[in-house]
Amino acid sequence: MEFGKLFELFIAAALINNFVFTRYLGLCIFFGVTKKMDTSIGMSVTFTSVMVISAALNWVIYKFIMIPLGLGFLEIVIFIGVVAGFVQAADTIMKKVSPALYYKLGIYLALITTNCIILAVPLLNVSEGYNFIESMFFGFGSGVGFSLAMIIMASIREKLEIADVPKAFQGLPISFIITGLIALAFLGFSGLITL
Amino acid sequence: MSNSENKISYITLIKNGIFSENPIFRVALSLCPAVAVTSGVKNGFMMGIAVLFVQTMVNITVSIVRKFIHPKVRIPSYMFIIATWVTVTDLSMAAFVRDIYAQMGLYIKLIVAFAIILSRAELFASKQKIVPSFFDGIGNGIGFLFALVIIGFFRELLGKGSLWGFPIVDTKPLLIMILPTGGFFAVGLLMGLFNWIDMKFFGGGGASGGGH
Repeated sequence: MEFGKLFELFIAAALINNFVFTRYLGLCIFFGVTKKMDTSIGMSVTFTSVMVISAALNWVIYKFIMIPLGLGFLEIVIFIGVVAGFVQAADTIMKKVSPALYYKLGIYLALITTNCIILAVPLLNVSEGYNFIESMFFGFGSGVGFSLAMIIMASIREKLEIADVPKAFQGLPISFIITGLIALAFLGFSGLITL
Repeated sequence: MSNSENKISYITLIKNGIFSENPIFRVALSLCPAVAVTSGVKNGFMMGIAVLFVQTMVNITVSIVRKFIHPKVRIPSYMFIIATWVTVTDLSMAAFVRDIYAQMGLYIKLIVAFAIILSRAELFASKQKIVPSFFDGIGNGIGFLFALVIIGFFRELLGKGSLWGFPIVDTKPLLIMILPTGGFFAVGLLMGLFNWIDMKFFGGGGASGGGH
């Protein structure tokens, strides 16, 4: 596996097929936590690490347990179980090992289970037939793309606090329209790499 | 809600799901499919049907087993119930409506992560009897379907000049409406419109949930 291909995969996952702006996934958390910069940075860190580990974990389980037993059709049930179990375990371990980090990031961990992206990555890994390293890079790229989207959005929304928005559009509606504008800008990346 | 429930309150349950607690426009949960699959009315409709089915079945199942689930493990248990029904829907759609499934297969699988389904199971079905849970599921499912069809209606009409695949207006379409950008615009504008109607005619406070 040459490095160039992995780099392409990473860029494609982070920019060209950015989960928020071109696949429209993970919007619940995206709009939920981007009201403040600190929370979105905390979420980005937690999210990216959970993403890489869950991509790796699910790949191993799919390859060595589900395929030999012919359980491919149960992918949804098993992947969500693995993610929920892993998040729960991470929560408990973090509380015990590093309480300081837990108080900073623990709350985001609980939110992650209901995020579509965390489930979409293993499902896409399976349907695209990526190998172990590729799966991890795809997960990492997706995590970075999501973090980038959250940080851009958080910085805009902090400015928005002092803007004079019509009353009916305050809060979510105006955020949607801004997201639409950013998505338009992200379309510009689409010719960057042809996979 | 007590045993003195009558028919009228079931209708109220359904109405709440469609209007005052509309999953997308008012509660602002599960926004991903609102943008992702609504580039046409047909896709939005099929997605709505899938969600309606899953929501109703999950509500019934959770309501039946609510007394056997230990409170500490209830969220993971609900996740497995939801995942099971999503698998049923996913495999059935893959078998019966191939062409639509090819376009939105990934999003059907991701129904499992929709916050709205888990939140109805947790907030309503885990405390109620089977019949009210059933109606709550129907109401929320229809509310979801309604929102998706409305968004799909505007996007397809403006973006392709057609409805349900049939050409309606013969002008140059606004291509932007079927791009991701258009989806975000449509949801934002419709949400603003719902807020405006709520404030103008029903004296509501506007500014919906704030999202999650």
